[in-house]
Amino acid sequence: MIRTHVLICGGTGCTSGGSQAIADGLKVELERLGLQDEVQVIRTGCFGLCAMGPIMIVYPEGTYYSHVKPTDVKEIAEEHFLKGRIVERLVHKEEAGQKLEDVPALGDTNFYKTQMRVALRNCGVINPENIEEYIAMDGYAALGKVLTEMTPQEVIDVMKKSGLRGRGGAGFPTGMKWQFAAANQADQKYVVCNADEGDPGAFMDRSVLEGDPHAVLEAMAIAGYAIGASKGYIYVRAEYPIAVERLKIAIGQAREYGLLGEDIFGTGFNFDIDIRLGAGAFVCGEETALLTSIEGNRGEPRNKPPFPANKGLFQKPTIINNVETLANIPQIIMKGADWFASMGTEDSKGTKVFALGGAINNTGLVEIPLGTTLRHIIYDIGGGIPKGRKFKAVQTGGPSGGCIPAQFLDTPIDYANLTKIGAMMGSGGMIVTDDSTCMVDFARFFLDFTVDESCGKCTPCRIGTRRLLELLQKITDGRGEPEDLDKLEELCYYIKANALCALGQTAPNPVLSTLKYFRDEYEAHVIEKRCPAGVCKHLMHYEIQPDVCRGCTACARKCPVGAISGTVKQPHTIDTKKCIKCGACIETCKFGAIVKK
Amino acid sequence: MKSLEELKAIRERMQNKVILREGSAEKRIVVGMATCGIAAGARPVLNTFVEEIANRGLTGKVEVGQTGCIGMCRYEPIVEVFEGDQRVTYIFVDPAKAKEIVEKHIVGGQPIVEYTIGAAQK
Repeated sequence: MIRTHVLICGGTGCTSGGSQAIADGLKVELERLGLQDEVQVIRTGCFGLCAMGPIMIVYPEGTYYSHVKPTDVKEIAEEHFLKGRIVERLVHKEEAGQKLEDVPALGDTNFYKTQMRVALRNCGVINPENIEEYIAMDGYAALGKVLTEMTPQEVIDVMKKSGLRGRGGAGFPTGMKWQFAAANQADQKYVVCNADEGDPGAFMDRSVLEGDPHAVLEAMAIAGYAIGASKGYIYVRAEYPIAVERLKIAIGQAREYGLLGEDIFGTGFNFDIDIRLGAGAFVCGEETALLTSIEGNRGEPRNKPPFPANKGLFQKPTIINNVETLANIPQIIMKGADWFASMGTEDSKGTKVFALGGAINNTGLVEIPLGTTLRHIIYDIGGGIPKGRKFKAVQTGGPSGGCIPAQFLDTPIDYANLTKIGAMMGSGGMIVTDDSTCMVDFARFFLDFTVDESCGKCTPCRIGTRRLLELLQKITDGRGEPEDLDKLEELCYYIKANALCALGQTAPNPVLSTLKYFRDEYEAHVIEKRCPAGVCKHLMHYEIQPDVCRGCTACARKCPVGAISGTVKQPHTIDTKKCIKCGACIETCKFGAIVKK
Repeated sequence: MKSLEELKAIRERMQNKVILREGSAEKRIVVGMATCGIAAGARPVLNTFVEEIANRGLTGKVEVGQTGCIGMCRYEPIVEVFEGDQRVTYIFVDPAKAKEIVEKHIVGGQPIVEYTIGAAQK
């Protein structure tokens, strides 16, 4: 009889931290101790607090172990599972030195207590490779409900009333999208799941697929019923091997249980799903390029109109929904449109998953009602900026979004507000920067990405973004001229107005928003030939402060190019002509004698 | 899947297996499982509690856990039942007594006084 459940995170973050070895090792230890029939080891999806991984949660006690290593497994098995003594040194503590009895229950920690898990509700709770655990959490009940109690139009009406908007980027109302596709008559229609998550720093879709794949399958079947489609495709990138594997298992199990296939629930409704693997081109996250790719062609966008709801995959009416959008749908059906609409703001209902990354303590996934302020996400849930540094800006929406400076920390986050301040919701990636980030270099990084990922079909994007990158390179190299800033801006607006698809139209956003909020940094580069954050190599040099240097020679020995010279116990100097500005000396110096200027 | 009933049957069968992960128990049964407890026979006692709770459909409502040595090794196996502020300490528990504790104390609400440490120390 099972008395203890050990949940070990099987998301990508914790897996790369060794969680598979931990789970395997634990099973061996449990057998050795004769506990294999009492203690069950379950690999789940992501718990969200990736910064603390690999994570292990033990029920019924609710013990939360963080940073577990394969070498800790023996101790956990012997102490906790055999003798019932919690291994205190591994328990996740919110503050250093917190006593075991003061450690709050998981749901009461700052990270979790204000989160509202809808799309992520089963992630980190169930075994994603076991359809019966999903069914235990009311899984496939929503599909049963729509097939036996509702007409397709009633399903669409619920979606419209719920106010759910697309979570992949543009925020188009899901119910309306379904209505358009339902209104078109055709011998075949398609439901496509866009799982081509490509924004740097976004990993919520991957986590849903890894942690709760059946929610996506169930939602696609519901969508198929609503618009009259019998075929679905999931377009997922091949770089997500765990997600692809779990999807394959999930589809196989759903077919075996008759939840996909023919005559589902004996209602005569047929629906099946296939996976299409993407090769990782960013543009294939754009819906028309994605469809072109599924059709077997090179992934290039098409003109809109016609919209996919009219002529989509193989020229048939098609709806394309993002993973996170779909993950909300079974619960909207079960709990009702009013329940969903009671969360969020006037124009943005429900919750949104954000992937926190960059200069933030609690790197990971959070799900909160829309309308929450950035300050709450970054400081209360995210635990603030590491090393006591100062918050500078947060980039939302990846390379298509913009940066939000400190003055908007108290703005409630929803679709309209983010657009108003020059950023966008995007997929929900949030890259936090502190005062050690140069905003010109930051914009250059994103442009570097878009130039690489531009498909080349239209000139504004193919050549325009390249010219933008060259201008930014010129500025960060210290060759910038004052008129370059105006040129940058003009080119940005030109690209926005003329590019074929959303990728090109939004590519200049990082430049425009940094120009808008951090123009002083651009001017410092161009006019004063100085990089205020000390990032741009051509605009700074390293110096040893003679009064602080003790002449220990550590830096001289570390310097890979022999640029540092001096005699023992005498202040050293750096030959700036030889120096490659790698920063090795700064890290080596124990006295803080070396500074960037 | 040909009917909603089939789905419901799987759901009901599985719910008891995942409810442990909710951590919403009102009562806690804690078995002393240090070296002294295990040597005195705490393992079958623990397993009896887990089985009894599951058989009565109380998984999730009643948590069965372990603890280390509380210093009274001569009374092991020791079992404590927590409910709100109330704490009842049973000593020399064996599988038969464990079943009785579940039946009378956990389900019936009446602690079995003669098995408690208070009775032994009189």
